[in-house]
Amino acid sequence: MDSTIKRKFSVREIREDFPALRQTIYGKNLIYFDNGATSQKPQYVLDAINQYYSKDNANIHRGVHHLSQKATSEYEASRKFIAAYLNAKSSDEIIFTKGTTDGINLVASSFGHLLNAGEEILISAMEHHSNIVPWQMLCERKGCVLKVIPINKKGEIIQDEYEKLLSSKTKLVAVTHISNSLGTINPIKEMIQKAHVVGAKVLIDGAQSIQHDKIDVKDLDCDFFVFSGHKVFGPTGIGVLYGKEALLDRMPPYQGGGDMILKVTFDKTTYNELPYKFEAGTPHIAGGICLGKALEYLNQFDIESIKKHETELADYAQDLLLTFEDMNIIGESKKKTSVVSFIVDGIHPFDMGTLLDKQGIAVRTGHHCTQPLMDFYKIPGTVRASFAFYNTKEEIDTFIAAVEKSIGMLK
Amino acid sequence: MTLEEKQKEIVEDFAIYDDWMEKYEYIIELGRDLPIIEEEKKTKDRIIEGCQSQVWLDSSFADGKMHFKADSDAIITKGIIGLLIRVLDDEKPEDIAKCDLHFIQEIGLHEHLSPTRSNGLASMVKKMKMSALKALTTNDSEQKA
Ligand SMILES: Cc1ncc(COP(=O)(O)O)c(C=O)c1O
Repeated sequence: MDSTIKRKFSVREIREDFPALRQTIYGKNLIYFDNGATSQKPQYVLDAINQYYSKDNANIHRGVHHLSQKATSEYEASRKFIAAYLNAKSSDEIIFTKGTTDGINLVASSFGHLLNAGEEILISAMEHHSNIVPWQMLCERKGCVLKVIPINKKGEIIQDEYEKLLSSKTKLVAVTHISNSLGTINPIKEMIQKAHVVGAKVLIDGAQSIQHDKIDVKDLDCDFFVFSGHKVFGPTGIGVLYGKEALLDRMPPYQGGGDMILKVTFDKTTYNELPYKFEAGTPHIAGGICLGKALEYLNQFDIESIKKHETELADYAQDLLLTFEDMNIIGESKKKTSVVSFIVDGIHPFDMGTLLDKQGIAVRTGHHCTQPLMDFYKIPGTVRASFAFYNTKEEIDTFIAAVEKSIGMLK
Repeated sequence: MTLEEKQKEIVEDFAIYDDWMEKYEYIIELGRDLPIIEEEKKTKDRIIEGCQSQVWLDSSFADGKMHFKADSDAIITKGIIGLLIRVLDDEKPEDIAKCDLHFIQEIGLHEHLSPTRSNGLASMVKKMKMSALKALTTNDSEQKA
C-alpha cells in the first residue's frame, strides 16, 4: 500500500473493510465497543493470513528453497516496515514477541538480569496486571524494589510524586502510554526525560496507544516500547518489543533454542546477533507478516483524522452518559483516548454488561486487569466502552438507548 | 415436588418468554425476591470470588435435608442463584450430589454457569454439591455409630 497519498477518511467505507462488523448477535446488529480488549481485523489482513498459509507457508531463516526464502523475506520486510513505522533507528531494534505481556516479561527477565538488589523499578498506579506482575516477580528474584507512582482522582499520574520517587536508585520506569481502564493519555515524553535525568531507563506499555496515535520512538526517546498486534487490527499471538540497540546488545538472551544461536557446542554456545538473539524457535511467521499488513492498513489514513473521529465519539458518548442520574465516569483526565469507563450507583457492572450484551452491544465489564486501580476507586469494576475508528455516532445512540433500558430494569 | 419436577417447572416458567430482555427482567425480579443471607454471615469463608461478581453461600444440613442461602453483589447473578436454590434447597444430599442441573441449559442460561464465565456461579454449584457430599459422609458415620 502506498502511504504517501492518504486515503480519504470515510467511516462508512472503513466499515466495509471489516467483515466481523457485519453480523447480528441475538438478532441485533453487532455494536462492537470492546476495542480496548481487542480490535476487529480488516479484509486486507485476513487476505494476507490466507495468502500466507495457502501459498507461502515455509519455515524461515533456514531453507535454501524458494518458499523458505520468500517467507523469510516477507517476515523481514515486515520487521523493516514496523521499524520505519515506529521511526526506529534500525530493524535490529524490532523484536517479534507474542504480545505486550510477552515483551514486558522479556525485558523483566533479560534487562532484569542486569539489575542488583536494592535497585528500584517505578510503575504507576494505573498499570495493567501485565505491567505489574513481571516486575513483582523480578523483585522477588533479584531483591529489587518496586515503587508505585500515585494517581489523582481524575486518573492522572501525579507528576510531583513521580519526580520525588526518581533517584539514582531508579533503574527502570515502566508506565503505560494510555490507561486501558481510564483512557488517560500519560505525558510520557516528559516522563521519559525526567527518568533519563537520573539515568533510569523507560519502558512504555503501548498496548493502548499504537492503534490511536502515531508512535515515534526516536522522538519519545523511550528505551523500550511494547505492543500487541491484536489490538492494532492484526493477529493475536504476535507483538513487538522495540528496544534501543545498545541496550538490547547488553542484555542476555531471554529463551534458548533454534534461531537465536550462532554456534552450538556442548562446551559453549555463542548467541546470534540482534534481533535474532531474542527470537528463539520458529516464530509466529504469519503473525509477523500480517502485523506489518495491519500497520500498513492503518498507515493509509492520516492519523489526525482517526484521532479526531475517535475523540468525537468518546466526547459524544460521555456527554450522553452524563445525562443519566447517578452516573459516574471513571477517568476524567482532560487528555483521554476513546475509552469511556463508567459505573452507575446501585448497579453492578456485571449486570449492565449482561443486559447490554443481550441488546447486541459488546462492552467490557469488570476490573480490566487493573485490580489495584479499582481498589483505588473503591469499586468492583466498571463498564467500559472503547471505540475504534470504525465506530459511529449512530452506534452510540443505540448504545445509550440500551444503557437507559438497562438502568430502567436494574434500578 | 422432586428435584426433577422443580427443574421442569422452571423450564415451563421460562417458556413464555421469547425475548432475552423479558427473560432477564424475570431473573432480576427473582434476584430481588431472594431472601438474602444475613450480613453477619457474609464472612470470608462463605465468599466465592468470581472475576466479575461475588457470591456468598451458606449451606446447612438438618433433618436429612440440605439448606442453602446465598447472595451476590450482582442482581442477575442473584436471580440465577435464586433458581439454583429453588431446585436444590430442601433436598436430600444424595440427590443433590448426583443431580444434573439440565434446566440451566434448557432456559438458555448455561453461559452463566460455564467455568470461563468467572462470576462465581460454577464454583457455587460445585460448593453446594461438595457440602451435600460432606453431609452424606457425616450422616453415614453418625448412623453407623
Ligand atoms: C495497557 C495494557 N497493557 C498490557 C495489556 C496486555 O496485552 P496482551 O494481553 O495482548 O499481552 C493490555 C491488554 O489488555 C493493556 O490494555
